[in-house]
Amino acid sequence: MPKIVFNCPDGSQRIVETRVGSSIMDAGTRSGIPGIVAECGGALACATCHVYVAEQFRDAVGEVGDFEDEMLDDAAAERTEASRLSCQIPMTDALDGVEVTVAPAQ
Amino acid sequence: MTNSQSLPARTGVLVVGAGEAGVRVAASLRELGYDQPILLLGDEPHGPYQRPPLSKAFLNGTGDPTALALRNPEYFAEAGIDLRTGRTITHVEVGDSGAGTACCDDGDTVAFDHLVLATGARARALPVDGADLIGVCTLRSLCDAEVLRERLGSAEQVVVLGAGYIGLEAAAVTSARGLATTVVERETRLLSRVGAAPLSDFLLARHREWGVGFRLGAEVRAIVGDDGDQVRGVRLADGQVLAADLVVVGVGAVPQTALAEKLGLRVRRGIAVDGAGRTSHPGVFAAGDCTVVAHPHLPEELIGVESVQNANDQARAVAAGIVGVAPPAPPVPWFWSDQRDLKLQIAGISGGHDEYVVRGHPGARDVSVLYYRAETLIASESVNRPKDFLAVKRALGRGATIPPQAAADPDVPLKDLIVDRM
Ligand SMILES: Cc1cc2nc3c(=O)[nH]c(=O)nc-3n(C[C@H](O)[C@H](O)[C@H](O)COP(=O)(O)OP(=O)(O)OC[C@H]3O[C@@H](n4cnc5c(N)ncnc54)[C@H](O)[C@@H]3O)c2cc1C
Ligand code: FES
Repeated sequence: MPKIVFNCPDGSQRIVETRVGSSIMDAGTRSGIPGIVAECGGALACATCHVYVAEQFRDAVGEVGDFEDEMLDDAAAERTEASRLSCQIPMTDALDGVEVTVAPAQ
Repeated sequence: MTNSQSLPARTGVLVVGAGEAGVRVAASLRELGYDQPILLLGDEPHGPYQRPPLSKAFLNGTGDPTALALRNPEYFAEAGIDLRTGRTITHVEVGDSGAGTACCDDGDTVAFDHLVLATGARARALPVDGADLIGVCTLRSLCDAEVLRERLGSAEQVVVLGAGYIGLEAAAVTSARGLATTVVERETRLLSRVGAAPLSDFLLARHREWGVGFRLGAEVRAIVGDDGDQVRGVRLADGQVLAADLVVVGVGAVPQTALAEKLGLRVRRGIAVDGAGRTSHPGVFAAGDCTVVAHPHLPEELIGVESVQNANDQARAVAAGIVGVAPPAPPVPWFWSDQRDLKLQIAGISGGHDEYVVRGHPGARDVSVLYYRAETLIASESVNRPKDFLAVKRALGRGATIPPQAAADPDVPLKDLIVDRM
């Protein structure tokens, strides 16, 4: 199963394994990763699953969708080039080891 | 999960109900450093799961229940939360401190220091003849959704009773699957309990484009079946019978208050709680769909706020109360709904508004309605306008407002219009 490396707002680093097809958000909330609020459970309705994707994985995670793009503009923490809503990134084998930093505010 | 094992003799916190609120109480207690045993006990056969997808992606998609899990099974073990499923608490007794004992359906008992009722709500049954026919489905639990999904495979004519969120979401799914779909609603417009007329009209137009039929202002008299007790149709008050081989009942939810009533707690439809999730017994807490709270704008009214956000925020406040730390800042109520390509996002509570402003170009595929009371912003409902939603949510969280005149221009970003209240 592919792994995700979470850099959490409390400074800790957690590594979570998840099955292909579940999102980075799913993997994070189900393991209780601090800082991923994900109030809508992946419905693309809350913008509280904001993460910054490490540079080497930016292409692999795919493009930001239109609705996601609008939500990210007004997310609680600053938007950067690395910003994604983690519920919109389904895990693949190619993403094994993907490193994300959880946004400091959601 | 160690379901077959007997309950521990004693626990620090007993959480009754392992849904959205129950899980959050347990998780927040651990995050706040609570170090006593936590027993999280639910009567459903499944581990804790999300309900919102039941009327959306789950109904329409692959129907994979593992995709609904709120937590991994390992999470509970690692966090030291003793989760038991398939067990019902049938009786509780509490002393003045809030400590007491609870009894399970199998006779097992457990002593606790603190009790949290997170028992949720059940689907309201329609009080008419034929409500128990085969093919009449409600939609509250994963079991309900599995039955409904299965029936969708062979159904041809669907009648949905109730044009609330769940009914409309179900109609969006069934019509997308090519099933003839008719929605019957007693009121004269959609979402009448929660939305303003422009939102109702907007959604009505979209659903009609999808081929959904509507009988508004129509009363259901009976659900009719054949000799084999299979549903065959819905009879309205005017005598007309709408043919149906599947009926989805979406007429609201009833808070589960049986334990609270036995304890003599104040129950007004739901269990009355304050902002910290305390019931009328200062040592007993409740959170989620089983509760009612003071209406933010109409203080004489108690309302049930049935949403994931409310379940989670009440649960966080309860955990803070048990641990004895300051409660989190009062949250902004919010809600969403997915109907095909429409995403509704609602911030605040619109009840008690005396004015509203519609934001959107006539005929456009998106719209927002902003609600005001005494010229102050109190709520918004947006369809496919996420920035409006986020701006209103932020303004409400800051105790700020957005002037109504300026808000009416759909091309001006609302976030640039937020101003502090006088
Ligand atoms: C189909 C559907 C779609 C929804 N869509 C949305 C949406 O899009 N957005 C949104 O914000 N909200 C939505 N909601 C509402 C949201 O799911 C609820 O507000 C939320 O689940 C409430 O959580 P809860 O923990 O209070 O109650 P529940 O999730 O109902 O959990 C309570 C649990 O307690 C159990 N229980 C009750 N009594 C006992 C007992 N005596 N002993 C043991 N266990 C007991 C119940 O069986 C249940 O498992 C939807 C709800 C449904 C049904
Ligand atoms: S979980 Fe809500 S937008 Fe990602």
